[in-house]
Amino acid sequence: MAILSRSEAKRILDKVLKYSRADEASAQLAGSETGNIRYARNSVSTSGIVNDIELAVEARFGKKSGVATINEFSDASLEKVMRRAEELAKLSPENPEAMPMLGPQKYVSVDGFAKSTADITPDQRAKAAADSIIAAKEKKVVAAGYLEDERSFAAVATSKGLFGYHASTSANFTVTMRTENGLGSGWAESDVTDFGAMNTGSTSSVAIDKAVLSQEARALEPGKYTVILEPNAVSGLVGYMMSGFDARSADEGRSFMSKKGGGNRTGEKMFDKRVHFYSDPTNLDVPAQPWTDNDFMRLQRTDWVKDGVVKNLVRDRYWAEQSKGEVVPEPNNLIMVGGDKTTEALIKNTRRGILVTRTWYIRMVDPQSMLLTGLTRDGTFYIENGKIKYPVKNFRFNESPVIMLNNIEDMGIPQRVSMWDMSAMIPALKVRDFTFSSLSDAV
Amino acid sequence: MERRKFLKIAGAGSSGILLPLQGIQVCAEQLLNEGMHSSQKRHLADVVLNTARKAGASYTDVRIGRYLNQYVMTRETNVEDIVNTESLGAGIRVIANGTWGFAATNDLTADGVARAARQAVAVAKANAKYQTEPVRLAPVKGVGEVSWQTPIQKNALQVPISEKVEFLMEVNNSALEAGASYIQSALYLVNEQKYFASSDGSYIDQDIHRLWAPLQVTAVDKKSGAFKTRNGLSDPVGRGYEYLAGHEKDKIRGQTTLYKASYDMAEDAVLAAEQAKAKLSAKSIEPGKYDLVLEPSHLCLTIHESVGHPLELDRVLGYEANYAGTSFATLDKWRSGKFQYGSDKVTLFADKVQPGSLGAVAYDDEGVKTKRWDLVKDGILVNYQATRDQVHMIDQKESLGCSYGDSWSSVQFQRMPNVSLAPGEKKYSAKDMIGDVEKGIYIVGRGSYSIDQQRYNFQFGGQLFYEIKNGEIVGQVEDVAYQSNTQGFWNSCSAICDSSDYRLGGTFFDGKGQPSQVSAVSHGCSTTRFDKINVINTKRKIS
Repeated sequence: MAILSRSEAKRILDKVLKYSRADEASAQLAGSETGNIRYARNSVSTSGIVNDIELAVEARFGKKSGVATINEFSDASLEKVMRRAEELAKLSPENPEAMPMLGPQKYVSVDGFAKSTADITPDQRAKAAADSIIAAKEKKVVAAGYLEDERSFAAVATSKGLFGYHASTSANFTVTMRTENGLGSGWAESDVTDFGAMNTGSTSSVAIDKAVLSQEARALEPGKYTVILEPNAVSGLVGYMMSGFDARSADEGRSFMSKKGGGNRTGEKMFDKRVHFYSDPTNLDVPAQPWTDNDFMRLQRTDWVKDGVVKNLVRDRYWAEQSKGEVVPEPNNLIMVGGDKTTEALIKNTRRGILVTRTWYIRMVDPQSMLLTGLTRDGTFYIENGKIKYPVKNFRFNESPVIMLNNIEDMGIPQRVSMWDMSAMIPALKVRDFTFSSLSDAV
Repeated sequence: MERRKFLKIAGAGSSGILLPLQGIQVCAEQLLNEGMHSSQKRHLADVVLNTARKAGASYTDVRIGRYLNQYVMTRETNVEDIVNTESLGAGIRVIANGTWGFAATNDLTADGVARAARQAVAVAKANAKYQTEPVRLAPVKGVGEVSWQTPIQKNALQVPISEKVEFLMEVNNSALEAGASYIQSALYLVNEQKYFASSDGSYIDQDIHRLWAPLQVTAVDKKSGAFKTRNGLSDPVGRGYEYLAGHEKDKIRGQTTLYKASYDMAEDAVLAAEQAKAKLSAKSIEPGKYDLVLEPSHLCLTIHESVGHPLELDRVLGYEANYAGTSFATLDKWRSGKFQYGSDKVTLFADKVQPGSLGAVAYDDEGVKTKRWDLVKDGILVNYQATRDQVHMIDQKESLGCSYGDSWSSVQFQRMPNVSLAPGEKKYSAKDMIGDVEKGIYIVGRGSYSIDQQRYNFQFGGQLFYEIKNGEIVGQVEDVAYQSNTQGFWNSCSAICDSSDYRLGGTFFDGKGQPSQVSAVSHGCSTTRFDKINVINTKRKIS
């Protein structure tokens, strides 16, 4: 029941909208089946399957809006949910920022549904965990991991004739391997659309190697270092920065994207000329729903930064009207263009530097400069003359991704990582003068 | 079953915040419905207990939960969103073949819950094949039929939405009149109606209320391009709408107004506007070692991160290794009986009983009567936080009552109780404390925070920073963050104000577990002094 076909979904949406007596109405149907398995101390701790399907209906009278949701779809229920949304709308205060609902949209076609993920069984999940635990036991390390897989669909419609349907699958696996003496820790992630492309055993091996190699880390003085940040280390900082690519807060003067004296920094060269960020729902590596969640705006390829120059900031329809700018919808994925080098090749070309597996507990320190703090975790190593020489203790960093993206020395091949609530393609980066402010004893 | 949902709200000038949201959206009036009568819940619970026993469970508990949320969010003169949600269902946990099994359903018929009970037993039996160590449950005596309610005076859900909107608009207008460039304010209201029954013979009906009224004011200097924010100084509470009365008796007047059992949101919004503007021209801190005087609305978060989390027994044992991490406070340190967590002035206690706290309940989510116990006594690590199946690992026979699940559909596990710093015994005020500091900073309110995965190294900011020179506050400063190591930090604690200064801070959406669950928890303390802490300057230029 959780995954409806295009025609089943359309039938429900058409029917519920027919009950509308409001000026405008929209309906959004979303269903998913999510499975998970969690393990720690080399033993499975919990597993579960969650099915959910929900219809959200919005009714509008002028600028008054009401939303009601329901998870049953009999005719009576459909009429009831619409009536409730209408009652809520009448009781609501006016929203001066409400924009008219959209008419028909030409959504791009996205292929983001893999049968292997859709058909995953509890046994496959158990085997995925077992492959990781067996690999850990062989190397005498302790595994803790989590696999979550999802098949889902979303369908949207408005009383003005808009309709869209999108089905997708995804699976995310993360694992932490720790040596039995507690002195080494390694981590790895696999984020895929197609479960068939996931190998929890080989991903686990990466984490095991890092755990074993990271034992008895030496302390280096905090300071500015050349670093090789693996994709998961980059994504923590970049994710924060991209969430600030917002025209309204910039125009209002309260963002690192604000321009002195008013306006925003679109058109300015703010980064190294190799920096290129864009979003594209049709990207085969990170396929994404081709419309925005809020108002079903059509998504298409959008450059955020190209040749180091800020090209676009997210601007919703209300703010576009106010600021007389172009509407730029909020994306559902992110791609950072990288280079052609493996992480090994980046290490080989480094005389002195630090390899960072991932970054952790990142928080905003100063939104004016996008200064972030956080820590390295689960595999930090000193590089000398093109080779990993020894593990080093973890560092706390205080760094702005804006500064980081001006100090790029080299870039690796982009890899798929999870970032906030979406997937992204992010390369490893070699960066000079990265600021480590103190040492951490954490393993 | 339902998918975890999030409501994305914009943060000023930076990243959005994802608010957890459970249940379906309903009209506000539906939140006032009585819900299922306790006799009906008792009947369903008995169906579950009997079905599970017959299917082979040696222990069963069931939580029939109705979870209500109301979020009202505004900016300047607009209401941005009003969300009402209701979530209703039952979560069933069993032990069969020495292994946990869990299943949940929103089908609250006798057949529906019986099916889920059998499913839970089947899951337990299936998982038993991979189990290496059978579950050992600390005994709990059944308490029969009991009920408990958060001691509120005014149920916030019964206050009409229009009144709440009017209230927040008044708050926003006060800030705008006082010169704020922007203001965001919100009310987050939570009501958990939780019926717990277990094969131990308990039928516990609890009605739990929580409220949070955050605000953020931004001041922008268009000429220089600089902007500063000041967040509200209230804390989330386990209280009713009466918390927003802002009684004079609950105000502490000083550098800014601080609040005890009630909050004057409009007054705080005005102060926030004035102080955000003052931040624009405040002196940038000279980095170095300072004696820090930490006010409770700030220190509560430092306690949460550097004491609350590292003393969660599941983290210590490695169950959270892949997500939040492990802990430096390992069992060998505790077993030594000599691990100096802090100076001899430091006693940190856990509880789920303090009135007005977010953690206060009569029984936890596995039917254990809540209580208070010491975690750190006179500086020495003496205990952890634990659930029924964990206490045997720390040689104890009685659960510490730390079990919580954030929904009927989430399996309960070990969550942080309130963790608080005991006040000093000698009469000593914040003013006295500042008077005794030669070179220091008085920090108010919680700001940026980050700590490593074993809880050694941390960095904290704040909302307001005042430089202290020779016992006097000489002015507001900016760009302050302090870095320390948990053990070093708590051992540098040299003075704690007395109980007249004690108040509760807290956090509303603390995340833990995979899939992630939230919980709300309070931390009490009085203003406290920490000597010679490393302060860094956080100002950077990006162009």
